[in-house]
Amino acid sequence: MPEHPQIVFAGTDGGAVLDIDRYRAAGGFSALAKTRAMAPDDVIAELEASGLRGRGGAFFPTGRKWAFVPKPEALPKPHYLVVNADESEPGSFKDREIMLRVPFRFLEGCLIAAHGIQSQHVFVYIRGEYEREFEILRDSLEAVRKDDLLGGVTVVVHRGAGAYICGEETALLESLEGKRGQPRTKPPFPAIAGLYAAPTAVNNVESITTVTSVFELGAAEYAKLGVENSTGTRVFSLSGDVANPGNYELPHGISMRELVYDIGGGIANGRELKAVIPGGSSTSVLTADDIDVKMDFTSLVEAGSSIGSAGVIVIDDRCCMVQLGIRVSQFYEHESCGKCTPCRVGTKWVTQILEKIEDGRAAQADLDLLLSVCDRIMGKCLCPLGDSDAIAVLSYVDRFREEFQAHIDLGRCPFDGESSLEGILAPSAMHASQGHEAAHV
Amino acid sequence: MNDAQIQRLRKQYPDPLSAVMPALRIAQEQNGGWLSPDTIREVADALELTPAYCLSIASFYDQYRLEPVGRRVVEVCTNVPCALAGAQQVVEAFERELEVTAGSTREDGEYTLGTIECLGGCGWATVVAIDNRHRLRVTADDVPGIVKELRGA
Ligand SMILES: Cc1cc2nc3c(=O)[nH]c(=O)nc-3n(C[C@H](O)[C@H](O)[C@H](O)COP(=O)(O)O)c2cc1C
Repeated sequence: MPEHPQIVFAGTDGGAVLDIDRYRAAGGFSALAKTRAMAPDDVIAELEASGLRGRGGAFFPTGRKWAFVPKPEALPKPHYLVVNADESEPGSFKDREIMLRVPFRFLEGCLIAAHGIQSQHVFVYIRGEYEREFEILRDSLEAVRKDDLLGGVTVVVHRGAGAYICGEETALLESLEGKRGQPRTKPPFPAIAGLYAAPTAVNNVESITTVTSVFELGAAEYAKLGVENSTGTRVFSLSGDVANPGNYELPHGISMRELVYDIGGGIANGRELKAVIPGGSSTSVLTADDIDVKMDFTSLVEAGSSIGSAGVIVIDDRCCMVQLGIRVSQFYEHESCGKCTPCRVGTKWVTQILEKIEDGRAAQADLDLLLSVCDRIMGKCLCPLGDSDAIAVLSYVDRFREEFQAHIDLGRCPFDGESSLEGILAPSAMHASQGHEAAHV
Repeated sequence: MNDAQIQRLRKQYPDPLSAVMPALRIAQEQNGGWLSPDTIREVADALELTPAYCLSIASFYDQYRLEPVGRRVVEVCTNVPCALAGAQQVVEAFERELEVTAGSTREDGEYTLGTIECLGGCGWATVVAIDNRHRLRVTADDVPGIVKELRGA
């Protein structure tokens, strides 16, 4: 495997740096000292120059997001930095490894960001299932406090309790305020009226950690990594039917072929590549023909998908795409917060129609109905959770239409019980409403 | 839940309402892993909220449990990456070894077995959470050994 520059995982030698002295000895917290000597506006300008864009899914320029937060003189309220560590998108498991291996680079980034937006209050919202990650953050934070590096900033690690929707930034803010995690109407945007109706920047764990790297390297050096529009590195989460799954920090713009074959070791068990979901389960599927696509924002859009959270799920030829659709749709149905009708009802319909197709009970009109239901979810809700279901399922139908058609024509699944997802189970919370048997696809 | 603990939680936030999630978590841990109506009432009293409000929060989030759970709780991720790695077989092996159907608690109260949404370990499939601690790369063949360990503990 060729050597690729490691800037998020720098200094780890493949392991973890959990000792603050070791982190400091390798230059840790020098970026913080450097930025604290700069005016906040200059910090933001340098970040804009780096081209860093958000790693949480939407790829919004991080510097610009910070620039939207009004100056304390203009809006004299407390300012908040909220870090999104809710990582729950199927296929994505990078933030977890960042917190496990470079907690100090992450916390340093939180303090740099707080300086940039002139905030004294940082909240890290970490998903409730991350026990070890929480403990490491708590202990690392204690070490930072003992070393007197907080500079008057308070950092609170707030634990979620199992709700994917709380990754959506306004739902996250509601949850942090002690409410049910349901998205808000925008505008106002969090930059103006976020946490406790005060100016707030919400950033992903990897974005914040990369902020430290930007100031360690300098914006110009950082921007030399990656490609135009997608500067720097990316922590790709590789999973599914691939020989060497795991997280890999690679420059943006690397080809999918290099990621899956050279780094991932190719398709497991000598099978044939069928499909790749490039950016977490909410992104459109690509086919084996797309294997030479470059893994950056623009190239993936041009290929008809999205870089999303860079959770790359590799799928080999044993997988039935209708079953894939069912399980993905079950996820969004289960995680829908219920606030908007098209999402609450539509995701359920999508699952049910797909189950009908899989069971061989579907007529041609059901396929049309599926497409029409997806269409009636898209863009009609406060947040894009329901859209994610529609986008994913529509892409399976679009790229693998003959497989859906075969289910209808044959009146059964053409995989004859041999699909790699055969017997896949819904989360048990859905069993009650469906009956345990029905939950088995 | 003692008062000092609650006051410390409340002080972490500009608005004490934010303490409801951590308070429910602690209350659940101290009540054998679930939130009984009495426990909900205690949290409500401590935070000067109504039980109905606390219940509305508890019922929204999957990790709060409104029914008793077994002494040990085993949850298998069955989302796509884990399913591609054979999560179904892992679930079946636990059903066999623990003698309980996924989605339920064994009658003697020893084990709860569940299937769960993505635990964020897709590259280390299949992920199994045992009392919230993650075991990675679990295969059906590993299950008898894990269950033996659970029995011993
Ligand atoms: C349903 C849904 C779930 C999301 N989940 C996450 C998540 O787990 N982590 C995350 O960082 N962003 C998530 N996002 C994106 C956030 O809303 C937000 O854009 C992001 O945290 C901003 O950080 P960034 O600019 O650094 O990427 C999600 C969005 C939606 C609509």
